[in-house]
Amino acid sequence: MKRLLILSLLVICSCKNKSEDTKETKEPEISLNEKKEAENSADYHLKIYDYDGLEPLINKNDDKVHVVNFWATWCAPCVKELPYFEEINQEYKDKNVEVLLVSLDFPRNYESKLKPFIVKRNLQSEVVAFDDVDQNRWIPAIDKDWSGAIPATIIYNKDKRKFYEQSFTKEELETELKQFLN
Amino acid sequence: MNTLKLLAVMVLTLTLSAFTAITDEDGYKIGDVATDFSLENIDGKMVSLSDFKDAKGFIVVFTCNTCPYAVAYEDRVEALNKKYADKGYPVIAIMPNNTDVKPGDNMEAMKARAKAKGFTFPYLMDKGQKIYPQYGATKTPHVYLLEKTKKGNVVKYIGAIDDNYKDASEVKTKYVENAVDALLKGKEIEVKETRAIGCTIKV
Repeated sequence: MKRLLILSLLVICSCKNKSEDTKETKEPEISLNEKKEAENSADYHLKIYDYDGLEPLINKNDDKVHVVNFWATWCAPCVKELPYFEEINQEYKDKNVEVLLVSLDFPRNYESKLKPFIVKRNLQSEVVAFDDVDQNRWIPAIDKDWSGAIPATIIYNKDKRKFYEQSFTKEELETELKQFLN
Repeated sequence: MNTLKLLAVMVLTLTLSAFTAITDEDGYKIGDVATDFSLENIDGKMVSLSDFKDAKGFIVVFTCNTCPYAVAYEDRVEALNKKYADKGYPVIAIMPNNTDVKPGDNMEAMKARAKAKGFTFPYLMDKGQKIYPQYGATKTPHVYLLEKTKKGNVVKYIGAIDDNYKDASEVKTKYVENAVDALLKGKEIEVKETRAIGCTIKV
């Protein structure tokens, strides 16, 4: 009963002044989220694609700049640079930039590693899982120069497309992104 | 005069294209002669390709302990050695990672892994990371099949071991086996290059 009261109070608070950002509302919001995360890792709906499914997602013909990052939870340099992609996603949202994180985790690790990672890190960019064993087909199709090492990143809009088989710092990523913004 | 101009343009174009070719070159292409090396094995001895007097060639595999893809292929690399070492194509495994970045790939860890898995092939440390860049390996696992010829060890195949990292029993095409079989029969290798996902070599 007490919990319910707090919960409803929270809901009222967060509804009432989202922009006001008072300390009282902010703190409980986080702990509530965390609780939800722990419970929801299993409920998290992971979208899984093979190459035919992924292909349209990495070849959009709209007015946005798309940043597509190939990564995996087991790939240390990928995990290291992931926050930069998250920051880009937040900071350039209003400049028509969209980030897509394509996970190459092994399907047997979706439940044990990938989903908990997404929920725990509270990833805001769109995340999809990519499962297609015929790598020799899709790696050269994604980019003729890709040897298959990750991390790898594509930045594109409808006129221009660049592929990077490398790790990024935040500055490097922004520098590359800015080439697509004007 | 006009011919001279034309000649100048031609020379310039040639020079330029030669330069582009050089800058584009990242490691070996099919048909290149691969360098030999002297690298430390897990038994403490130094190993070179030239030590293998009777070999017809080599299945050079850049691999490591810590990459899940490399681990997924461990048993299949061992199987390749069992199948082809006696036929003249031994597996030579080289661990290319910087062990300061990946302590799980240091010599002690390599020894432990080789013992646990019963590796029968040399598992060498690319100490100083001088060899993998010459080959152009970018990830683990990354295979270079070499054929011993008069002019040296010629690169005949570059890429993946087979077409299913997840499940050895679901493999449709065994790229490396097909390539070695072709060499043993004196036939042309059908698929000379393949791509596969792997872990970036840690520098």
